[in-house]
Amino acid sequence: MKKYETPLLDELEKGPFPSFVKEIKRAAAKNVMANDELGQLEYSYKTNRGYWKHGGIVGVLGYGGGIIGRYSMLPEMFPEVKFFHTVRVNQPSGWFYTTEVLRELTDICDKYGSGIMNFHGSTGDIIFLGTTTENLEPIFAELTSHEKPRHLRFDLGGSGSALRTPSACNGPARCEWTNYDTLEACHQITHEFQDEIHRPAFNYKFKFKFAGCACDCVGSIARSDCSVIGTWKGPILIDQDAVKWHEKKGMNIQKEIVDMCPTECISYDGKELKIDNDECVRCMHCIAKMHHALKPSGERGATICIGNKAPIVIGTIISHVIIPFMKMEPPFTELKELGRKIWDWWDEHSKPRERVGELIEFQGMRSFLEAIGVEPIPQMIKEPRRDPFFFFKDEDIMRVKEIEKEEKRTGKFIF
Amino acid sequence: MGFYGDRKITAEEAKKLRETDIGPPYFRDFLPPVIKKNYGRWKEHDILTPGLMVHTAESGDKIWTVRVATPRIMATDTVREVCDIADKYCDGHLRWTSRNNIEFLVSEEKKVEPLQKELKDRGFLMGGIGPRISNIVHTQGWVHCHGAATDASGIVKSVMDELADYFTTKELPNKLRLALACCPNMCGAVHCSDIAIVAIHTIVPKVDHDKLGKICEIPTAIASCPTKAISPYPEKKSVKIKDEKCMYCGNCFTVCPAFDPFDTERDGCAIVVGGKINCLRTPTKFARLVVPFISNRPPRWPKVVATIKHIVELYAKHARKHERVGEWIDRIGWERFFKLSGITFTYQCIDDFTFMRETLRNASTFKW
Repeated sequence: MKKYETPLLDELEKGPFPSFVKEIKRAAAKNVMANDELGQLEYSYKTNRGYWKHGGIVGVLGYGGGIIGRYSMLPEMFPEVKFFHTVRVNQPSGWFYTTEVLRELTDICDKYGSGIMNFHGSTGDIIFLGTTTENLEPIFAELTSHEKPRHLRFDLGGSGSALRTPSACNGPARCEWTNYDTLEACHQITHEFQDEIHRPAFNYKFKFKFAGCACDCVGSIARSDCSVIGTWKGPILIDQDAVKWHEKKGMNIQKEIVDMCPTECISYDGKELKIDNDECVRCMHCIAKMHHALKPSGERGATICIGNKAPIVIGTIISHVIIPFMKMEPPFTELKELGRKIWDWWDEHSKPRERVGELIEFQGMRSFLEAIGVEPIPQMIKEPRRDPFFFFKDEDIMRVKEIEKEEKRTGKFIF
Repeated sequence: MGFYGDRKITAEEAKKLRETDIGPPYFRDFLPPVIKKNYGRWKEHDILTPGLMVHTAESGDKIWTVRVATPRIMATDTVREVCDIADKYCDGHLRWTSRNNIEFLVSEEKKVEPLQKELKDRGFLMGGIGPRISNIVHTQGWVHCHGAATDASGIVKSVMDELADYFTTKELPNKLRLALACCPNMCGAVHCSDIAIVAIHTIVPKVDHDKLGKICEIPTAIASCPTKAISPYPEKKSVKIKDEKCMYCGNCFTVCPAFDPFDTERDGCAIVVGGKINCLRTPTKFARLVVPFISNRPPRWPKVVATIKHIVELYAKHARKHERVGEWIDRIGWERFFKLSGITFTYQCIDDFTFMRETLRNASTFKW
């Protein structure tokens, strides 16, 4: 195997934080692809640019995604990375593993690929970084083989203009704040929409992320077209002894809790903590900081927000509230139906490479809300519109006329 | 050894073994028994050290979590090493966080200390829990991406080497989330991070006229431009770019490889500050531009590292307890942030694209 001098990358083996160079070298010690990856990366460091070709369509039979074609621009210099495709493997909900399944995955990656993995890709998949075209079918067969027990069988994730691999926070597995079963929701949505994940039929990508509360540890509101964020409707329960415990531990309750409440709905007189629950917006600040004393109660569910995307091309969008409260119980029928309604409308109206958030801006929120069958309510907005130009349908005016008739009949105004 | 051992599956065999659309395995099969038993019935948690927390269930059962950093890129042998450790102390159970940290899930208290010792001996870095810096979310960079305007892993490593104390020990006013995107496509939630690096191009893409008409659809290329800088060039069966309209977003390159936005001296990093994802106290915030360009300087990008460290230290010194970076700056005002930081305010910091109206100041009330 060719030995590359890597003086620049060697610099990145030093220092306290774990080194990716050490990882690539560890793989390169016994894998020619990883070795040429190392060589090409050093060349990038030397010349200040990347050397991977733009795209290339490769895949496995019957799927339109899950594999990202990748080819070196410098195959003469680094022949073993002439083909260096990415395999996206759909992770289990919440990224929980046993060592048994991890060993299975590493063995497959070693046998057919570079021995370099990502835990995990930005969307959440397990990544096999680098393999050849002819190894794709064997990898797929080993991942999915019907001879294996179910828990060792994996499938590919999404890529391209498809439903991308959904992901979830660790939810009820190890968190006291979750308002619904994020892991089960993620699992069931993933299984329901296998066709949408594996066969790109959309105009662009679409992502689901499942967060159990407003802490949003999975970044759903900023990283998914459909952000499912847990919330609740009941009061915050207070354990007054635990409030005292936090105070004894050094917490300044007035400053850290009362003064930082965004709706000023908490008060503390040194003896008793009180919350005006009608005014609470359930932001989680007090609960997260006084986690022994406070907890949500009552009806649980999720707020559904739609439309997030990164800035390309005309600016970033953070998901908008569409459904302020949805019950989230298996089999999550309402959410599945919502997904289908959104895709129907998006599919009908969008241009290629237009995300659903952009289409909502282009078509107007009304068109979207009517398509998914949701009535407008003030929880959807921060503030009403500022200008006096708006569309009416005849039926909107007729509705006003009907009300005016009723007012005339009864002599009472209806607001 | 894996299910099929060393034996490679042939293409013929693959046809018989493969099955489509089976989806991921069921996560419940991978949960430790104590989690299965107490699923959805956790009562509270305590952060014991920056790398250790314990969750207590209503039943009184406990599970300990030991968190370690990773570079996200992992050799299979490192994953196996992690597996050996998890077998020894965690009955084979572990998970990853959404920020690419590994969490060892320990069901017996007596195994926590020996686990920590072994991790330390093997050189793993424990930390990242609570009000401090966790792992940097980042993209592939020169390691594997065709569109990278900088490397990702190298900058991340360099920044985290400098800030490692904020991962392992030091406290900050609140969590601080760093991210890096290696081009303006921004894979990863860079736009809502406390501090983020986004790699950018700064020259108008070169157009390969011989290639363009052959490999790309001209209307698609024209439509890809958000500022309408691209127009037809019929003589060459290609397109032209109006230089003064181009903001170097690279979207034309994304749809058509005949555009070349790369330049070894003019690609570099911008730094954005003040975003947050969660809705604690204040709604989700966008990160906003403070430094428009720093040249790529591998292998350690010293100025990028120094700028980020400077902002982190400023935040540590000036923010109130529980304030995120963006909340602190919103309270003191951006003019004060620029004064405190000494960062030069430039034309690029003023939005002249999609968010201009809502980002300009409309009051005579500001600080000097």
